[in-house]
Amino acid sequence: MSAIMENLTTYLQYPFVQYALIVGVLIALCSSLFGVTLVLKRFSFIGDGLAHVAFGAMAVASVLNFSNNMFFILLVTMLCAILLLHTGQNTKIKGDAAIAMLSVGALAVGYLLMHLFATGPNLAGDVCSTLFGSTSILTLTSGEVKLCVALSIIVVCFFIFFYNKIFAITFDEDFAKATGSRADLYNLFIAVIIAVIIVLAMNLVGSLLISALIIFPALSAMRIFQTFFSVTVCSAVMSVSCSLGGMVLSVVGGTPVGATIVAVQIAAFAAACVVGKVLRR
Amino acid sequence: MAQISCQNLTLGYNGRVVLENLNFSVNSGDYLCIVGENGSGKSTLMRTLLNLQPPLGGSVRLGDGLSFKDIGYLPQQTLVQRDFPASVREIVLSGCQSRCGLRPFYNQAEKALAEQAMEKMQIGHLARRCYRELSGGQQQRVLLARALCAARRVLLLDEPVSGLDPKVTAEMYALIEDLNRREGITIIMISHDVVAAVQYASHILHIGPKIFWGGKEAYLQSGMLNVARGGAQ
Repeated sequence: MSAIMENLTTYLQYPFVQYALIVGVLIALCSSLFGVTLVLKRFSFIGDGLAHVAFGAMAVASVLNFSNNMFFILLVTMLCAILLLHTGQNTKIKGDAAIAMLSVGALAVGYLLMHLFATGPNLAGDVCSTLFGSTSILTLTSGEVKLCVALSIIVVCFFIFFYNKIFAITFDEDFAKATGSRADLYNLFIAVIIAVIIVLAMNLVGSLLISALIIFPALSAMRIFQTFFSVTVCSAVMSVSCSLGGMVLSVVGGTPVGATIVAVQIAAFAAACVVGKVLRR
Repeated sequence: MAQISCQNLTLGYNGRVVLENLNFSVNSGDYLCIVGENGSGKSTLMRTLLNLQPPLGGSVRLGDGLSFKDIGYLPQQTLVQRDFPASVREIVLSGCQSRCGLRPFYNQAEKALAEQAMEKMQIGHLARRCYRELSGGQQQRVLLARALCAARRVLLLDEPVSGLDPKVTAEMYALIEDLNRREGITIIMISHDVVAAVQYASHILHIGPKIFWGGKEAYLQSGMLNVARGGAQ
């Protein structure tokens, strides 16, 4: 046990591990806050869909040799998020089908492009690391960390400032609109923020596992708590502690970061189910 | 002057016309019941009145200094709401949202208003309870209390008693009548229940192949009631 602790303290002295922990915690916080809204609006898969879109965008960006990948990916993902959340309710193709279509479409096109215009010798490895996030969280530069911190602060401030409005449009969008709230505008903001979170989270867990980061904390919190406020707070706390625990475990055990975090979240969900059952009795 | 007046209104969605040439107006303190068969366009009419969808033709005018911020709305329950983790107080308070404008949090006056609305609906003791654990009748009262927070002058209700048992239905009608009589809030209600509509309303709007709009007495004499009853059977 003491050997593991010693091992851990050695690792924690490296700046790249510290960066990874900071970014991981911030991403977990942001994604869990908006996760509650997405789950309740029946948009659980939006994280997945948008992450695949981001994957496709990344493939396009690397094929076209853009100097600033991040910006391009963010832009494309935002546009898709707006398209999905904004028109989701009353288009001919219903919300879940639209997401599924966009998601697999982007994934296929992205992989196809990467295959056709392969830049490196290890295509399978590249694809695997974008999909599952493998180690990119450990290779962040201090510039990327600063960007991530700044974006996270904006996201959290937005959430606190618009908390009551987000609640109102999550619970009943029609009522909010009918009584004169600008629900469309807030939906637009939420879509843009989700896109930002997704692109940030791609570094941490990769495209395939992002929805876990968004839905697990919210679902676990809903097993235990009964009010929107307590669900939100619990979801944030749970998400941050699971990510932290998962990252530490993966550093110590040498397991993939993303998959370890998700495994910890699954365990937390199971625990929350038990706690919820006991409390209801 | 009329609070809401509709002229030559044509309703529908996706370009399909459901109802044409609708003319009626609602004055302050009226209790208007909108009746008609399924698919006659009752809900479409209400969505149009609430500005949730544009009319295909004609116009809806708000008069008498009324704005959308004075209107409360009791929608039919959605699937999302049935298992929503929120306390009764949180939901009722969200009715005050339109009063906030850009201010992020509710002020004391709005919190007091929510308390009052809960007391009026006799759900004050449930304030801390979770919405999804309540009975259908209690949930409906919560949504009505929320609508009250928004409704300064006009309340629109979409089938407020559907799915409720007879006793709870009678209580709901009594609450709504009370709001109309004592507080002078204009009521516009969609109803399947023609008998209750005739009992409580001051005006009836019957939509379908034949349109009737007028006072309750005129409606009873017009023979439309039998048409409506026949349609319900």
